[in-house]
Amino acid sequence: MTTVALKPATMAQALTRALRDAMAADPTVHVMGEDVGTLGGVFRVTDGLAKEFGEDRCTDTPLAEAGILGTAVGMAMYGLRPVVEMQFDAFAYPAFEQLISHVARMRNRTRGAMPLPITIRVPYGGGIGGVEHHSDSSEAYYMATPGLHVVTPATVADAYGLLRAAIASDDPVVFLEPKRLYWSKDSWNPDEPTAVDPIGRAVVRRPGHSATLITYGPSVPVCLEAAEAARAEGWDLEVVDLRSLVPFDDETVAASVRRTGRAVVVHEAGGYGGPGGEIAARVTERCFHHLEAPVLRVAGFDIPYPPPMLERHHLPGVDRILDAVGRLQWEADS
Amino acid sequence: MTVMEQRGAYRPTPPPAWQPRTDPAPLLPDALPHRVLGTEAAAQVDPGLLRRLYAELVRGRRYNAQATALTKQGRLAVYPSSTGQEACEVAAALVLEERDWLFPSYRDTLAAVARGLDPVQALTLLRGDWHTGYDPHEHRIAPLCTPLATQLPHAVGLAHAARLKSDDVVALALVGDGGTSEGDFHEALNFAAVWQAPVVFLVQNNGFAISVPLAKQTAAPSLAHKAVGYGMPGRLVDGNDAAAVHEVLSDAVRHARAGGGPTLVEAVTYRMEAHTNADDATRYRGDSEVETWRAHDPIALLEHELTERGLLDDDGIREAREAAEIMAADLRARMNQDPVLDPMDLFAHVYAEPTPQLREQEALLRAELAAEAESEGTAR
Ligand SMILES: Cc1ncc(C[n+]2csc(CCOP(=O)(O)OP(=O)(O)O)c2C)c(N)n1
Repeated sequence: MTTVALKPATMAQALTRALRDAMAADPTVHVMGEDVGTLGGVFRVTDGLAKEFGEDRCTDTPLAEAGILGTAVGMAMYGLRPVVEMQFDAFAYPAFEQLISHVARMRNRTRGAMPLPITIRVPYGGGIGGVEHHSDSSEAYYMATPGLHVVTPATVADAYGLLRAAIASDDPVVFLEPKRLYWSKDSWNPDEPTAVDPIGRAVVRRPGHSATLITYGPSVPVCLEAAEAARAEGWDLEVVDLRSLVPFDDETVAASVRRTGRAVVVHEAGGYGGPGGEIAARVTERCFHHLEAPVLRVAGFDIPYPPPMLERHHLPGVDRILDAVGRLQWEADS
Repeated sequence: MTVMEQRGAYRPTPPPAWQPRTDPAPLLPDALPHRVLGTEAAAQVDPGLLRRLYAELVRGRRYNAQATALTKQGRLAVYPSSTGQEACEVAAALVLEERDWLFPSYRDTLAAVARGLDPVQALTLLRGDWHTGYDPHEHRIAPLCTPLATQLPHAVGLAHAARLKSDDVVALALVGDGGTSEGDFHEALNFAAVWQAPVVFLVQNNGFAISVPLAKQTAAPSLAHKAVGYGMPGRLVDGNDAAAVHEVLSDAVRHARAGGGPTLVEAVTYRMEAHTNADDATRYRGDSEVETWRAHDPIALLEHELTERGLLDDDGIREAREAAEIMAADLRARMNQDPVLDPMDLFAHVYAEPTPQLREQEALLRAELAAEAESEGTAR
């Protein structure tokens, strides 16, 4: 039995590695976007790719998001697998027309004759002190669009595995990268990356029996921290990391909530019309008779993303999560 | 100086040492639209090509009339006729090689049919039985595109991809005058020029975007002028002169295939019918304008040229019309059959693998259909 040398690696490094491996494995994979070439992207996720694979395969495009995604559509029509980078969450909006009117529905409108294997990487979410338009959680817009897969990793290993899966997918995938986790380190073996998980499976990050925290992306570490803190109160919280918002893993989520009888959905995006409403409804539909309390949501406020000096008040933190857990009306000894 | 040379020379320098980049003159369109029919240049055109264009124009006009009639019978939800613009439609289809790609808008059914698409399949979108009634790869025709100008970056991307693969494939994208105001028009032209993609943009300037005349759409001297700012040549052509459109597009396609990059072609034409059968054109334009253009009809222009030169006689004209009638009768007959639809198709092509959520919804619809079938069975 060989022991694998685990080294600390960042999520950004794992993403770079995934792009590099995908490009090496498949000559039709093309990376494109603003500053992805010489600079390696503003988060350095595409670092070294232009040098290794040439500017034809890792291309600095003109500064135009609709153009980037629109040309990627044509490239995919001709048999390439474009991986496009949107520089920041709020700068993907100019490309929504292409995303919604074409990327999401080309397979459908052509009855399967013209699938579009495009991966759209979007650094998203707050917590990095970004100025306006650099911290949006836009996942609800993507989730509401049939034809798109929407995934978001929370660990270094998942960043690698999910990005490989996204690039290999014959359908368009919106790949949301929690930018505040780019520099978070995990023990990971960059020489022998972990298995590529299929898209659509949630994982139990931390088993527990008192209640389930259902979360994804940047809120996963916050929930794990909350679960640790909750031990002091005698609460043993289970944390489910969704990883994929579309498709949604009802099975893993419902199985967890049936075990624990209580659930809190946690995310940064605003609560009204946000992903949590959908998730809470799904859980209620499946687990009503197992629920000891209503499914609660801990979400960002329903406000435009606040300025950096106020964002800590907006982002769901450990205290707010624990408050919600407290409101689940505990029996004396649970 | 070639476009590529100009690109190489371009380095912004700060004022006051600013040097104008290059002379944009080679990129500028001529002041007047290029014409062939009725000029001496017409004699140089291959008579076979002229006859082919003629036959396709006659067939195209008949197609437009038939499709419009089908809207009155409720067989088509809507039809945006290209009557008056047939020269552009037909030339766009005929200048392309088999390996090339056509990117049509919703008005360009005729271009797709002239390229070889089954006339019924071309109407699926407008009939409403599916969004695209054909496999785009079969004739290399992208789906008829409804959101304005969004197909243009697709054409650029495809042309770029083909060049990356060293295939000498050209993409030709069609857009209306109104569509040139969209952001995607700008982004597509800019990408095409920067990448030197083998793509040709054909703007069919038919005077109106639904009701809005060109003067309210742009302040540019012509739409072809827009090319200059992107660093690609702009060409202006009489869009009712089939030989001229064919020549200008052929030049542009040849240029693109040879690695010369994109061209923007503006064809000046006129939409003889309303925007669609649902539109009332009398609200925004007068009869006299329409009549002026009727005197410049693309079929009449070509017919005159051919008959003057003894390349077409009454028999030839009758032949073309008969062929068009046969096409129309076949179209009518097949469109009068109700399409057979399978509701389960709703779920078949959303993803490569349906999500668990879609499988549940599929099961629901299947059960509903079974219940429906059963209750119909007992009712009878
Ligand atoms: C993005 C978008 N906005 C609005 C419309 C509605 N619309 C359909 S056709 C049309 C006018 C288009 O005019 P033009 O580009 O000149 O093409 P034409 O219809 O004259 O061929 C409009 C506004 C649309 N299809 N797409």
